[in-house]
Amino acid sequence: MRKLLNTLYVTTPESYLTREGENVIVRVENEERFRIPIHNLEGIVCFGYMGASPHLMRLCSDNNVGLSFLTPSGKFLARVNGRVRGNVLLRRTQYRRADCCDASLEIAKSFIIGKIVNCRTVLGRGARDHGAVIDCDRVRTVDALLIENLLKIEGCDSADTLRGIEGNCAKFYFITLDELILKQKDDFYLIERNRRPPLDNMNALLSFLYTLLAHDVESALETVGLDPYVGFFHTDRPGRASLALDMMEELRPFLADRLALNLVNMKQVSAGDFLKKENGGVILTENGRKAVIGAWQKRKQDTITHPYLNEKISIGLLPYVQAMLMARFLRGDIDGYPPYFMN
Amino acid sequence: MRNVRYPDDELLALSGIQHICFCPRQWALIHVERQWEENLRTAEGHLIHQRVDDPFFTESRGDIVISRAFPLVSHTLGLYGVADVVEYIRSGDGISLPGHEGLWTMRPVEYKRGKPKTDERDEVQLCAQAICLEEMFGVRVGRGDFYYNEIRRRVPLSLSAELRERVRSLSEEMHDLFKKGVTPPADVSRKCNLCSLQNICMPKLTKKTLSVGKYVRKHVKEACSKDV
Repeated sequence: MRKLLNTLYVTTPESYLTREGENVIVRVENEERFRIPIHNLEGIVCFGYMGASPHLMRLCSDNNVGLSFLTPSGKFLARVNGRVRGNVLLRRTQYRRADCCDASLEIAKSFIIGKIVNCRTVLGRGARDHGAVIDCDRVRTVDALLIENLLKIEGCDSADTLRGIEGNCAKFYFITLDELILKQKDDFYLIERNRRPPLDNMNALLSFLYTLLAHDVESALETVGLDPYVGFFHTDRPGRASLALDMMEELRPFLADRLALNLVNMKQVSAGDFLKKENGGVILTENGRKAVIGAWQKRKQDTITHPYLNEKISIGLLPYVQAMLMARFLRGDIDGYPPYFMN
Repeated sequence: MRNVRYPDDELLALSGIQHICFCPRQWALIHVERQWEENLRTAEGHLIHQRVDDPFFTESRGDIVISRAFPLVSHTLGLYGVADVVEYIRSGDGISLPGHEGLWTMRPVEYKRGKPKTDERDEVQLCAQAICLEEMFGVRVGRGDFYYNEIRRRVPLSLSAELRERVRSLSEEMHDLFKKGVTPPADVSRKCNLCSLQNICMPKLTKKTLSVGKYVRKHVKEACSKDV
């Protein structure tokens, strides 16, 4: 399996990115603060408005390095894409499948099966590890509901039904995650999932992690030559990276939700890392973002065995591996899209 | 298929003949799927080529004129590419060369990393280059040279009828796969460990006995049989 390279997160808002030969240079007030060869990078995520030189953008696009810009508080601004890469035949197949309701539904089922199975694993592990201190009955009730819905998926015959199943599961799963918050319960709770803007610390933390995951998944899809904007479960909407959202479904519980719980339970983030803005929205402070990014980076280095490939890979490669499996399926190497099931 | 003349928009990259000779799937991953991963080997290759890839650089050493980064095309093979070096050698017959007196024969020279390889990858590439020169200039090219970086020596290659035949059949295979737009399954072997595209290819994947349908059902069943 390929080596996981680093993602460079530039968190100082005044940073400007330039290029020197094969190196990425980070400048603050015209002073060089950091340099790294492009060959060591997988992606660059920049929190700030200063931007980057076109020359650097070219360097990123030539080397398949995803480059995203977010506001200092972590809201998505833009992604820089170079020339469209990859196989036009692959993208054509992707579009044709996306145009066909039946074919889309089959792929969408894989995403949602992956998601619900992984949601169960997150809940199940929490219940097993902390059975003494949480309301196990509540978790079991929701778990039974997830199983019931999971078994409906295979025979489900319309996208709307599938969306209903997914929405139902997501809602109950989220409020039950609240049971798995064991520390700092006054500051971190999940009554519902809200996003625009996130209204409490936990929702702000999840939103931020999902943004990081979205960057990685979108980059991975582009790397293998798929169009992140044409999905099979999420419908086309201008400006919405539907396929990236599709693929995130199965990865959210494993990569983001569990990390959010750990950060709170291990007290790696606390109430002081969050700000309530005048509009009621909650965002992470710069220190809070640094703590979350640090944990995210560390998590990516951990190794797992991929259940379909039976190969050891770094967690950070999961988006790439799943994108690759999607491409291989669309090009006829395998008979379906195998979602990632966490162990 | 013989005596076909491929039009301009059906030409394929000549460099691909090395890939298809090594493994048809590798060729398809690069030229059909457009996936390419630099690894140490390809990066090293670039470094050696930097010296020779200067199209404005011709040297003349009396009886030899050297032209670098020489563009090539063959409409019978349907291939286009660039030779590292083409040498014009002063001789009794051949073609005339603008700005030089006398007659000249031509010889492609290909720079290579490492030592002479045991397979025919390099040979078919050099031979394809020679066929391009023959077609473009109406000359006969009987020999090409490799310059191997590791041993810092030239190794001559005589372009036999068998080798030319092999080049023709490989180029036909390329055009056939390209037309169909298919990426053939992997033929897993020890060669896979030498391949820079191993991560993209996932050679074992195309040999998988476990169907995705079964894999998904197995995990759903396991999930439902476990209690929280």
